[in-house]
Amino acid sequence: MTLVLEAAVLGILTGGVYALMASGLTLIFGVMRIINVGHGALVVLGAYLSFALFRSLHMDPFLSLVVTMPAMFALGVVLQLVFIRPLKTDREALSVLVTYALALGIEGVLGYVFTTNFVELRAWYETASFAVFGFHITWVYVFGFVLCLTILGALFLMLYRTSFGGAIRATMLNRTAAQLIGVDVDRVAAIAFGIGVATAAAGGVVFGITNAFNPGSHYDLISRLLTIIVLGGLGSLRGAVIAALIMLVSEDITQVLISPVWANFVFFVILVAILIVRPQGLYGVRVRDRI
Amino acid sequence: MSLLEVSDLSKRFGGVVAVDSCSLSVPAGTITGLIGPNGSGKTTVFNLVTGFIAPDGGEVHFKARSLAGMGPDRIYALGIGRTFQLARIFPRLTALENMLVPVRRAGLKALLSRGEWGHEKERAMEMLAFMDISQVAGTLGGALSYGQRKLLELAAVMMAGPELVLLDEPAGGVNPALLERIAERIRELNRQGTTFLLVEHNMGFVMNLCHEVVVLHQGHAIAKGNPREVRENPAVLDAYLGT
Amino acid sequence: MSGTPTIAIRAGRVRALKGLGLVVVGILALILPLIAPDPATTGMAVFTVMYVGLASAWNIMGGYTGYISLGHAAFFGFGAYSFGLLLNHLSVAPGYLPFVLVPVAGLLTAVLAVGIGWVALRTRAATFVIVTIAFMFMLQLLGENLVKLTGGGAGLALPYSHDWGGDFFNVPYYYAMLVLAVLALVISWSIRRSKFGLGLLAIRDDEDKALAVGVPTRSFKLTAFVISAVLVGMIGAVYGYYVTYLYPQFAFDPLIGISMVLMAFLGGLGTVSGPVIGALLLEPAQMEFAYRFGASRLYLVFYSAVFLIVILLLPRGIVPSLADLVHRWRRGAAGPTTTARGSREAVKAASP
Repeated sequence: MTLVLEAAVLGILTGGVYALMASGLTLIFGVMRIINVGHGALVVLGAYLSFALFRSLHMDPFLSLVVTMPAMFALGVVLQLVFIRPLKTDREALSVLVTYALALGIEGVLGYVFTTNFVELRAWYETASFAVFGFHITWVYVFGFVLCLTILGALFLMLYRTSFGGAIRATMLNRTAAQLIGVDVDRVAAIAFGIGVATAAAGGVVFGITNAFNPGSHYDLISRLLTIIVLGGLGSLRGAVIAALIMLVSEDITQVLISPVWANFVFFVILVAILIVRPQGLYGVRVRDRI
Repeated sequence: MSLLEVSDLSKRFGGVVAVDSCSLSVPAGTITGLIGPNGSGKTTVFNLVTGFIAPDGGEVHFKARSLAGMGPDRIYALGIGRTFQLARIFPRLTALENMLVPVRRAGLKALLSRGEWGHEKERAMEMLAFMDISQVAGTLGGALSYGQRKLLELAAVMMAGPELVLLDEPAGGVNPALLERIAERIRELNRQGTTFLLVEHNMGFVMNLCHEVVVLHQGHAIAKGNPREVRENPAVLDAYLGT
Repeated sequence: MSGTPTIAIRAGRVRALKGLGLVVVGILALILPLIAPDPATTGMAVFTVMYVGLASAWNIMGGYTGYISLGHAAFFGFGAYSFGLLLNHLSVAPGYLPFVLVPVAGLLTAVLAVGIGWVALRTRAATFVIVTIAFMFMLQLLGENLVKLTGGGAGLALPYSHDWGGDFFNVPYYYAMLVLAVLALVISWSIRRSKFGLGLLAIRDDEDKALAVGVPTRSFKLTAFVISAVLVGMIGAVYGYYVTYLYPQFAFDPLIGISMVLMAFLGGLGTVSGPVIGALLLEPAQMEFAYRFGASRLYLVFYSAVFLIVILLLPRGIVPSLADLVHRWRRGAAGPTTTARGSREAVKAASP
């Protein structure tokens, strides 16, 4: 029983980081209606940036966020301007290919610079843990979870309490209407993309601390993230968070109760089940073109 | 004999009641107009009848047969066609190809056989000529003018020989000369046996063309009769001018 | 005016030229192993023709309906593995006989495709892409974890003929791939000209409008999906037989899935010849690059760069852009008296 409890707690803790990463992904979809298949690669990039800072300056991974998040934000804005904005027609389909291409490019560059050996983000306190209910929780997991909560909280606050957040939500709901009320949708799109990529940097740190990774890790990561946002409903932040928790908790419990091998599979089983019953996901909206 | 029978149809979207226990019938062989102030639910009724959305209550019967649960493609195959408020055609296909898309019978043989196509192409060219747009047969839909698109849309819908055609604002956004042409075409098609139900705001157009008029207000049918009767009905005037 | 041919004659000429070109290409393709028998060339030919088939097959779904599947590698791998398992469990002797069983792998792939398609097509285009990716990873996972069936990470061996020594080895596989590629092209071409194909294109342009004029969109999409998947599955089967050893991450390789998409895009979605041209251009380049830079992962940057350049500069692909150019040249040279009928001829002649 403790095993299941431990798995559940672990699921929640890791669910947090996936919730953060998935939020960035679904935000990007909501604002620009593009599927950023490169999000996983950006997370890995963030992880490697922190890794590089750790290797050269011995900077604590959490601390490195002060550098990497703004840097990745800027990168996100640039990527959006150069590669996404020029897409005029067939945006949804083409953006998938463009972002996939970017992911491959990032993977290639990272492989060239860092080789394909697996690495991990280290912190001097990484083995410190505390006991609860008969099992141990390492502090890094908790820090990571707190970080994700904080950033998610900041994201929600921004979206629902600031006027810029209002502009983002307006663009998500109805781009044309938003333009009509004076929202600079292009600027909103670029900044939203930047924010999404910045959250990927944060996610990258927590991901990198809790997993060994190499440039090829983005495939597994993006397939999970995509599954999560489909489950939650494309464009819904609430959905992304809840879906992430559902997915990760089920995965960890399956790992303990059935076998680690099938834990990965549970993800997809849940996805398929939901798609059969509710194709738009938990909080998604049934999209019909204007009739 | 009523071709289309709508009984107590209801639909709400969240808190908004779009269609409220609406009942109307369209007699075979007529041109019936569906009018009402903006937001009275006219296009929603169209979407409900043609299977794009499912009603919350009520029924639709076509030739005494219930349309419940049918998708738009099945309904078209049964004999109900429709046009859209903003004329929709396939922009990357030529006008002629647009005419050849509509599916009469979705049988495997019908779809793969090319023998049928000779006849279909002839019919399509005839229809295009009937609408006076045969000269753009080879032009891509996206390159057509709005007026040409409207004519093309109607022509294409007629390809499968529907018995009932729902026209959503056929007079919307067209100049007076084209308007007259459209009215003439509708009259001619009606003479040849097609029943029409059209939504329109252009009163002159409706009064000249329609045999019967139904008035919708806040999702409910409040008056029906011939154009003159309806125009003088106090409830109708209330709906249009009142609060 | 007497020296300038009319539009109709020019269109006729273009058609004749195209026919001639097709015959020449066909003959070249048939005799390739005879005129260039060295294994390096035939090896490249096997993979190039493989991708011609893959890109054309993928195009039947992605190009015609506009539903982009990024998970077609699922069918590729499934075809390879089911073929391998078929050969092993039926103890089929290697040689020419196994080729006869390729359609069986295709049939099995059809069953899988109906299942996946039924679920995946419940969603609209954006989600569809993601679901196909998810299914591909699912199959890869199954390939890795159903160890008793597939051998898991250790891989699955397929029988191969020891009689086909040295230089000859590539040749039977080349012809098998050629047959499948031609099959894919013939199917793609006949779909394009049929009412079914027109329905698919209508779905791509405006799915709700297609429904409104009676196009049974769900069954059309599913049919296109299954046809596309079966072809890819059969090509996968021949691939498995060719490489003689299957690993899950290489049989269900997302890069294969993305390459076929890229080639179709480069050549021109929704055209018949587009994927062919895309494959002929990209695959040799890809192999060359992988050979030179494979170890350092920089070839991924190559993929990435080509992809981005193609999408941003030539969003419609090579064939439609070329067709546009030809069309404009023809109209320009004929002068301002081009009638609409003439332009129709020109458009018809220009589109493959």
